[in-house]
Amino acid sequence: MTDLLSTIWLDDSDPLRLSLQQWELLLSQAARSSLLTRLSRLLTDRGLMAQVPSVVAEQLVGPGVLVARQQIEVVDEVERIRNAASKCTDTIILLKGAAYLVADLPPSRGRLFSDIDLMVRREEISAVESALLGAGWISQERDAYNQRYYRRWMHEIPPLFHVIRASAIDLHHTIAPPTSKFRMDATQLYAHLVPTRFENVFTLGPTDMVLHSAVHLLQEGEFDRGLRDLLDLRDLLTYFSQTEGFWESLQSRAKVLGLQEPLCFALFHLHRLFGFCAPASCTALALEVDQWALRHPFFNWCLALAIKPDHPSCNSLFSAFARWALYVRSHQIRMPVYLLIPHLLRKSWMNVFKHDELKERAKENARMTDAVKQLA
Amino acid sequence: MRLSQISHDDLSHRLAHKGLVIRTGPFTFRLVSEHPHVRETIGRLYAHYPVFDSEAFSHYTVHLKHGPGIRRWLRRQVRFGYEGSFPFEPLPYTHAYPQLEWAMNWCISTQAHQYLIFHAATVERNGRAVIMPAPSGSGKSTLCAALIHRGWRLISDELTLISLSDQTVQPLVRPVSLKNKSIAIIQAYVPEAVMSDVTLDTVKGTVAHMKVPDAHIVDMAIPSTPTWVIFPKYVANAAPQLTPVSKAQTLVELAKNSFNYGLHGNAGFNALGRLLDSCDCFSFEYSQLDDAMEAFNSLLPPEQLVVS
Repeated sequence: MTDLLSTIWLDDSDPLRLSLQQWELLLSQAARSSLLTRLSRLLTDRGLMAQVPSVVAEQLVGPGVLVARQQIEVVDEVERIRNAASKCTDTIILLKGAAYLVADLPPSRGRLFSDIDLMVRREEISAVESALLGAGWISQERDAYNQRYYRRWMHEIPPLFHVIRASAIDLHHTIAPPTSKFRMDATQLYAHLVPTRFENVFTLGPTDMVLHSAVHLLQEGEFDRGLRDLLDLRDLLTYFSQTEGFWESLQSRAKVLGLQEPLCFALFHLHRLFGFCAPASCTALALEVDQWALRHPFFNWCLALAIKPDHPSCNSLFSAFARWALYVRSHQIRMPVYLLIPHLLRKSWMNVFKHDELKERAKENARMTDAVKQLA
Repeated sequence: MRLSQISHDDLSHRLAHKGLVIRTGPFTFRLVSEHPHVRETIGRLYAHYPVFDSEAFSHYTVHLKHGPGIRRWLRRQVRFGYEGSFPFEPLPYTHAYPQLEWAMNWCISTQAHQYLIFHAATVERNGRAVIMPAPSGSGKSTLCAALIHRGWRLISDELTLISLSDQTVQPLVRPVSLKNKSIAIIQAYVPEAVMSDVTLDTVKGTVAHMKVPDAHIVDMAIPSTPTWVIFPKYVANAAPQLTPVSKAQTLVELAKNSFNYGLHGNAGFNALGRLLDSCDCFSFEYSQLDDAMEAFNSLLPPEQLVVS
């Protein structure tokens, strides 16, 4: 059995040559990687939807309904967030998926959402959190250590969930943890914001959006979404580079923000996976960054394994190890070793007892939801 | 080819390796399990369903695996695996068969959004379908199990699939799930019914699944036209009573009993509206199955009853 999903996005892939059995496997891998509707979009864009086997086309209808609904709901939620948070801030910045959607950028087409990523000024974050609490979004992180860890060391607070609609918000104050190798002063990003159709709601500028996506890929350690993130990046680069001078501004912006390494890392893997070619001037940037970090054979081997669908047909003996190694490295990028080791030890200890804690939390959430529903 | 035509060894081999590819209504499932009780029960309840070789396309693959870690051997468990994930908590080893049925329902209700899906039983006679939406415990499965042995055709016992384009109902035709007291009631009412073994102490209490009459499986590709929506309610010692319910109220109740009404937005509302335009809606209280059979038959013009 093989990874059919990673190669289907190549320009010269030929989905019509797949056997029915291969289609079944491809759909299953795509479902596991939340890329079913991205696959529909590929087939539609290439004009192949009418030629694929009818069982395959039928199987793609349901997920399409789900995504269409989700996109409507995400826009509604953004408006609700704006209404709640506008009391305490005039600048709400959408990041990642929600930004692509509201700005109507290509990666949003056929993209599933797991949460809505927002950024506000650091000094406004408590006020915004309270305003969101007032509107029904609560933090479900009950563990004191995790709460402290997020608030002290991270670039975001623990995720907030809406008590009735269950929508999730990740509230950031910058795009990389303050202890990260790629830390930055978020105010630098505010100079290039792009307004959206919602008052007080912005997205990052094109270059910053690409750079954030690249940083995210390198530091988040959630490689089950690695393939989706790389596809997002490819879409963004293809779209923005239609504007004259985009590559030059991307390059100089990467230098200003000190994000050459994540950018080169992303370009390297876009080329390796999809044969995506950036102009030579941009790839030359790679010579300025730490070659060892960029072409680290071990981590590239891990990434190649981890980026495959987390599906029984693709998992090898080393997949779990590779994902773990990347998880550790993503943390190492986020914080120095003297913080990292105690944190990971603490996390593994907590993991051992996770089961009971999850049950407790589920019970508590159910109680909470009931209470809120009764009030409503 | 039907499942009863393959040998016992072939069935075991398929289930243990590339999966048993079997069709139920519009969906083809690939079932993978080495659980002996699952194999035996599939052999019993799915004997008349069409099966395909392992190279055929399946919509959903359901794995029933052993429990994690030590629970493979000690206080054994069974776990539903789907595309490399485990959507549910593991269950005791003896709950494997109901787990399989629930897992199959989960695949459909969470993904087949090409249909408007309701938590409802549906039966049909002479091309006209009765949709019975109802919460658990209202006796809809009991009623459904009895009706399909008294001249009505099973469309579905648990998930009712409505086409968004023409509002016909697509048969799913899976074994009927019976709970607690209704198991003995149906065994007495339909002595010839073929049942799975009873599973005790599940989250839904004691459960058993009943085999669908062969003729209904043969007809499982034929859609039907919804003509009535009936909310059944078992009330001890009650005389049978059909009471009209407004279409607006019915729409709200159906929406509440839907898995994906909200997902379809406007299209869902319009489809449900059109569905109800051509339906008569009732609530129905009963205590005796014979009374219920008579009440349901009274919905049809008398000449149609004679023909069937």
